[in-house]
Amino acid sequence: MNLMETNLKPPASTPASPARPPRIVVDRLEAGFGRHQVLRSVSLDLPDRAITAVMGPSGCGKSTFIRCINRLHDEVPGAWARGSIAVDGQDLYAPSVDPVQLRRRIGMVFQRPNPFPTFSIYDNVAVGLRLNGTRKRAILDERVEQSLRRAALWDEVKDRLDKPGTGLSGGQQQRLCIARALAVEPEILLLDEPCSALDPVATERIEELLLDLERDYTLVMVTHNIQQAARVADRTVFLLLGELVEVGQTSDMFTNPKDPRTESFISGRFG
Amino acid sequence: MLMTTVQLDGDQTENLSCSAGASRQAFGDRVFFAVLTGASLIAPLILLLFVAVLAYGAWPSIREFGLSFLTSSVWEPNPERERYGAFPFIVGTLISATLALALAAPAGIGIATLVNEVLPSRLRGTARFLIEILATIPSVVYGLWGVFVLAPWVSGTLQPALAKPLGFIPVFGPPYEPRNMLCAVLILAIMVLPIIVSVSLDAIRSVPASYREAALGLGATRWEMVRIAVWPPARSGFIGGCILALGRALGETMAVTMVIGNGRRISASLFAASDTVASTIANQFAEAPSDLFTAALIEMALLLFVVTLSVNVIARWLIRPAARTGARP
Repeated sequence: MNLMETNLKPPASTPASPARPPRIVVDRLEAGFGRHQVLRSVSLDLPDRAITAVMGPSGCGKSTFIRCINRLHDEVPGAWARGSIAVDGQDLYAPSVDPVQLRRRIGMVFQRPNPFPTFSIYDNVAVGLRLNGTRKRAILDERVEQSLRRAALWDEVKDRLDKPGTGLSGGQQQRLCIARALAVEPEILLLDEPCSALDPVATERIEELLLDLERDYTLVMVTHNIQQAARVADRTVFLLLGELVEVGQTSDMFTNPKDPRTESFISGRFG
Repeated sequence: MLMTTVQLDGDQTENLSCSAGASRQAFGDRVFFAVLTGASLIAPLILLLFVAVLAYGAWPSIREFGLSFLTSSVWEPNPERERYGAFPFIVGTLISATLALALAAPAGIGIATLVNEVLPSRLRGTARFLIEILATIPSVVYGLWGVFVLAPWVSGTLQPALAKPLGFIPVFGPPYEPRNMLCAVLILAIMVLPIIVSVSLDAIRSVPASYREAALGLGATRWEMVRIAVWPPARSGFIGGCILALGRALGETMAVTMVIGNGRRISASLFAASDTVASTIANQFAEAPSDLFTAALIEMALLLFVVTLSVNVIARWLIRPAARTGARP
C-alpha cells in the first residue's frame, strides 16, 4: 500500500469536481453477447476534462463497458445493450442517434496500435477528416500538424509524413493512433488498454501525453494495470465480473478502499 | 534426431555402437526417405519432360518460321505454300481472357466483400460453398450451356440491343455471327468467377479485425470501412486472384471452343467468330495434314504452356504476401 501511495497522481490543482456536472452518466447499463451477459447493471458518472480509469481483472467487462460508450459494441454480431448512457444529457442509445455520427464525436484508441497499413503517416491522421468531407489540402495540412503535435509525435515524424505509419515503433504507432483520433476533434477519447502492447518507456510517454490531453478532453481509459490507474487517473472505476464494485476519486480509492474486494485487488491478491 | 541418423555413414553408425534394432530402424528410415524423395521428384520431372517433348515436337515449326510464327496471320495448310502464323489466335486469347477478367474481377471482389462484410456470419459458409461449387462444374457442361442458352441469347437479344444504338462503333458492329467472341468472354467470366471470389475472400478474411475497428471507431460507415480498412490491405490478394483467373482464362479450351465460332481471324467486332490458341489446337489436331502443321500446333501448345505456367507462378507469388500481412497481429 505504501508503494502505491508514493505513485499516486497529485490531486488536481483546481478541485471541486462536484461543482461541474458529470459529462457521461451511465444508468443501469447491461450488455452482453447472445445469451452471455457481460455487464450487470452498471451505474456511474464520469467527470468532464479528467481521466477516468476503468480497471479490473481480465474478462470483467472493462472493454465492453467503454465500447458501449461509442457504440462500437453494437458492431459485434450478437451483441446487445440495455440501460442508458447519456453524454451531456443525451441518451446515446436513443433511436434518433446515428452510431456513425456518434463515433465522430467520441474517439477511440485500441489495445494494439492499428494504423492503416497501406496509409502514410499523413493519410492515417487525415483519414477521419476526409471521412467528414474535408478536402482542402491547406486545412488538412494544418489539422494533421496540429493533431500530431497534440499527440507529441510531430517532431519525430515531420520529415517523413509520406512514409507508411507501420514503419514507426510501437509507441510511435500508438501516438499516431491518438493523433488520428484527435484529428476529428472529438469531445471524448476512449482508450482500451492503450499501453498493454508497449514497453515501459513508450508507456511513460503515452501517460505523459494523456495527462496533457486531460485539460481539453474527457478521457476514459481501460487498464488492467493498477499502478497505471494510480499514476494517471483522477477517478477510478473498479469492475469485477461485470459488476461495478467501486467508483471514486483515485486517491480515495487507493488509500481508503470502501469495498474489501477493491482492497484485495489493489494489493495484488487477485487479477 | 531422425535427420542425423539418416545422414550418418554406415561405419559411423557402427562406431556409435547402435544395437541391431536401431540400425535396422535407420535402414528403414533411409528407405522411407528415398521413396519420399523419389515421389516428390516425379512432379518436377514430368514438368521438365513435358517442356522437352513439346519443344522437340515444335522444333520443325520453330526452325521454319522463327519469330514470325508469333506475328504472322497467315494460316495456310495447302502443301505447296504451307505457312503458319499464330497471331490471330494469340490476339484472340489475350482479348477473350482480358475482357473476361474485366467483367469477373469487379464482380468477384464485390461478391467476396458482400459475403464477408455484409452477410450474417451464419450464411457465409453456404454462400462460399455455392460459389465455389461453380468451379467444379465440368468445362464441357459450361460449353453446352453456352451453345444452347448463352449463344442464342447473345445473338438474339444482346446483339440487336447493342447493335442498334452502338453499331457504329466497330466493337459492336458487323459481322454478326451466331457464335462469337462475346459468348467466349461471358462464359470465361462465369468460369473464372469462383477463383476470384475464393482468393479474394481469403484475402479479405485475413485482414485483422483491428483495422475494421479503427475505421468504425473513426465514424466510418460500413462502406467507408471496407474502402479504408479492408480493401487496401487485401489488394495484393485481389491481384493474385485475378492473375490466377487470367491463367485459367488463357488456357480454357472446351467451353471456349464450343462457343467462339472458330473464325481464325482478328476482328474488331465482339460479335465476330474468333479463335484462341487453345480453341485452335482443339479444333485442328485431328486434321494434321502434314508434319509441319503438327509442329505448328505443338508450338502453340508450348506457347500456351509457358505463358499459363508463368502467369500461375506470378499469381502464387502475389498471393503469398497477402497471407503474411494477415498473420501479423
